[in-house]
Amino acid sequence: MLKFFAMGGYGAFVWPSYALTALAVTLNILWARSALRSARQEALRRLAARRGPTLPYEVGS
Amino acid sequence: MAWVWFHRFGSPPHFYRLATRLAPWFAWPALVLCLAGLIGGLGFAPADYQQGDGFRIIYVHAPSAWLSLMVYVVMAASAAVGLIWRMNVAHALAASCATIGASFTAVALLTGMLWGRPMWGTYWEWDPRLTSELLLLFLYLGYMGLRNSIDDLGRADRASAVLAIVGVVNVPVIHYSVIWWNSLHQAPSVMRFGEPTMPASMLLPLLAMLAGFTCYFVALLLTRARAEVLRRERSAQWVATVLDVPARSV
Amino acid sequence: MTAPRVGVATALGRLMARDLRIALRRSGDSLQPLGFFLVVTTLFPLALDPALSLLRDIAPAALWVGALLSSLLALDLLFRDDGQDGTLEQLALCGQPFPLLLLAKTGVHWLLTGLPLVLVAPLAAIGLGAPYAAMPGILSALLLGTVALSLIGAVGAGLTMSLKRNGSLLALLVLPLAVPVLIFGARATALAIAGEALGAPLYLLAAMAVLALTLTPWALAAAVRIGLE
Repeated sequence: MLKFFAMGGYGAFVWPSYALTALAVTLNILWARSALRSARQEALRRLAARRGPTLPYEVGS
Repeated sequence: MAWVWFHRFGSPPHFYRLATRLAPWFAWPALVLCLAGLIGGLGFAPADYQQGDGFRIIYVHAPSAWLSLMVYVVMAASAAVGLIWRMNVAHALAASCATIGASFTAVALLTGMLWGRPMWGTYWEWDPRLTSELLLLFLYLGYMGLRNSIDDLGRADRASAVLAIVGVVNVPVIHYSVIWWNSLHQAPSVMRFGEPTMPASMLLPLLAMLAGFTCYFVALLLTRARAEVLRRERSAQWVATVLDVPARSV
Repeated sequence: MTAPRVGVATALGRLMARDLRIALRRSGDSLQPLGFFLVVTTLFPLALDPALSLLRDIAPAALWVGALLSSLLALDLLFRDDGQDGTLEQLALCGQPFPLLLLAKTGVHWLLTGLPLVLVAPLAAIGLGAPYAAMPGILSALLLGTVALSLIGAVGAGLTMSLKRNGSLLALLVLPLAVPVLIFGARATALAIAGEALGAPLYLLAAMAVLALTLTPWALAAAVRIGLE
């Protein structure tokens, strides 16, 4: 197991590389999903604003 | 006949639905391929004769570099389509590429530095491939900077499209730089005509990672493009139907 | 668009004459980039140990970085005034081929900012310790290089035309595209100073200049049209 992490002595270079790549992969996924989420929310808000309040307690939302 | 398909693709509601349906078909294969590539590359591929286990960085460095180039080409191509056919969806695709491309160019450069230090003895050399890859990062940043600084969306689309197209000259320079010049960076061993020079046990995980990253990019692009298209379609009726909101006539 | 009443060549000639006349009226504007170039190339010996042998090593770098930066500075002159007073719109609408008109404008701009730089460069080069024998090489490299830089810079200027204070964005856009010119120009200059044959980088510079001459007019026309909307 330890041999795996040592990577023949190159561990200090190999693992940070993998970590960096994993970071970029994860961040991009999170960014894309959050962009989609906020776009959906904004679109829903716009639609609701156009429709106007449909129920009494929606006035002012 | 192909033109009908092409122009239907350019219609925002059709594109949105298509992207929603297609994204999982790329996301799951991406996961499977990358896992297979990682297991194969880290567990099964034998250590390299010269570089020992250090060569395993290739399984993240090469896919990142491949993405950095491919994404730029996709960005420039979408931008060109958007410019020529005035297609909003194409411009949305181009805009969605930029962050992805820039981040993986940075990863390619950084993992390259981490690979270069033990192998060549230096973190950085101003040789053609590294320099032109760095220029690619600047091109991405310039693209994003130009987009952000122009307020009018249509104008921002078109100006950044021109920039992307002008910059695409850099891509073949990066790829062929190791052939044209005596470079520190090794010559291409996969993307070349003729036989690849790596043994199968090393090559197959690499191909899996390359394919996995490509699928990952497509899934990512479709997601971002959906968001971008939604943001652009300010008051379109189709937005209501696609978000399952009861649309009443206003 | 109405059909043009004069031929293309006449239109180009008149445009270039007009641009020259206006620029010569305010010759101070065109001389500023030149002054900047001289100042920048002077900064290097001041910042380093002024031993000529060391300076000779960095002379190519100093000359080319100076040329690149001063050409960036000069780009402001290209489209700003004409964009603001509506001349560019008239040019776009007048029925003459817009890419050629913009190429002519860039040509005059190079005559006023690039060519003087080439002519003054030997002074700077000698100040940096370059031997007299290197002058033809330095001159030809800079001649080709400034042409390419003017054209590439013009595309950047066209893209950022409508923005306010856009100095650093323009640099960010232009520099990646200008780097090959810098690399081969500095290489050619270094070979010239060392007294060796500089055919290879010079040919590449010539190729870049020709490529720029043929491709940038279209990019320029597209960029300026977008900027005029």
